[in-house]
Amino acid sequence: MSPRFLVPLGVFVLLVIVLIVGLNHSREVGVLQSPLVGHEIPDWELPMLTDPAKSLGSRELKGQWYVLNFWGTWCYACRAEHNTLLQAQHDARVQIIGVDWKDENSADALDWLSRLGNPYTQVVTDKAGNTAIDLGVAAAPESFLVNPQGVIVYKEPGVITPQSWQHEFLARLPPQSSVPATTAGGS
Amino acid sequence: MRAIAAGPLLLFMLLALTPTRMAWAVDPATLSDPVLQARYEVLIHELRCVQCENNSLADSDASIAADLRHQIRDMLAAGKSNQQIKDYLVSRYSEFILFQPAYSWRNAWLWGLPMLLLMLGVGIAVRVIRQRTKMVDNEDDADVIES
Repeated sequence: MSPRFLVPLGVFVLLVIVLIVGLNHSREVGVLQSPLVGHEIPDWELPMLTDPAKSLGSRELKGQWYVLNFWGTWCYACRAEHNTLLQAQHDARVQIIGVDWKDENSADALDWLSRLGNPYTQVVTDKAGNTAIDLGVAAAPESFLVNPQGVIVYKEPGVITPQSWQHEFLARLPPQSSVPATTAGGS
Repeated sequence: MRAIAAGPLLLFMLLALTPTRMAWAVDPATLSDPVLQARYEVLIHELRCVQCENNSLADSDASIAADLRHQIRDMLAAGKSNQQIKDYLVSRYSEFILFQPAYSWRNAWLWGLPMLLLMLGVGIAVRVIRQRTKMVDNEDDADVIES
C-alpha cells in the first residue's frame, strides 16, 4: 500500500520539474527560428532608394559578407535599433544593407536617414513586400547575416542590440576578412 | 399578444448569436474565378498570421497578413496547388504557419502521444475496475451478512 501511494506524488514532482525546465530553457514565445538559416538566401533584387532605376541584389553581393536589415519609418522598434546600427557600421568586416520595407513614400525614408544618420552602405526598397515574404520576414526589424557563399548564417528576429551585434554577428565573421566592405563591389 | 412579440424577438436573438465566417473577413479582395476564390477562403483559414499568432490570415488585419493573402492570391492565379502554396510558406516561415501540423516523423510524438496516453489511461482503468470487482466478489463470498 505505502509505496504505491507515492506514485502520484512522484508523477507530480516529475511534472513540476519538466515545467520548470521548460519555462526556463525554451526559446521566447513568439520568436521563430527561420528555416532559411543554413541555406542559401533566396535570390532577391530590389530597386535602390535613392535611384529606383538602379537595383541591387543577392547576385551582386556574392563573395561578400553582408547584413540585410529590414526596417521602415513606420516601425517603432527600428528607431530603437538605429543607434546600434550607427555604431555597428564602423566595423569594416561587414556591410549593412538596408531594406526599406513597406514605406509608401521614399521621401519619408530619405528624411529618416538624413535626420538620424545613415548606417547603411546601400539602401533598397521593398514597397510591395514580396521579398520580405520570400525571406520569411514577419515583423520589422529583422536582419540576416549572409556569408560570401550567399548562405544565411544567422537571422536576428528582432531588434539588434550592442550585445547581439557582438555575440551573434561579429562573432560569426572571420577575424580578418580578406574582403573589407569599403572596397567591395568588384563583381 | 405575447406570443406574437416573442417570435421576431427570438429570431433576432438567434441571428445575433450566429457569427458567420464572412463577418470576420477583413479583406474585400476577391479572385475572379469562384473555384479559386473557394480554395483561397479555405487556405487563409488554415494558415496562421505570423505576427499576431493566434489569428488566421483570414482574421488578421496586420499588414503582413494582408501581404501574405496577396501572395496566396497571386500563387493561386498562377496555377499553384494548395500543397505547393503551403510548402512555399512553410519553407519561409516554418511549420508554425500551419494551424494543423503535418503528419511527419518529426511530429510523430505530437500526434501519437494523446493516443498513447489514452491507451495508458484505459489500461489503468481496466486494471482498477478488475481489482475492485474482485474485491467486491471476495467480500460477497466472505461476508454475506453485510449486504
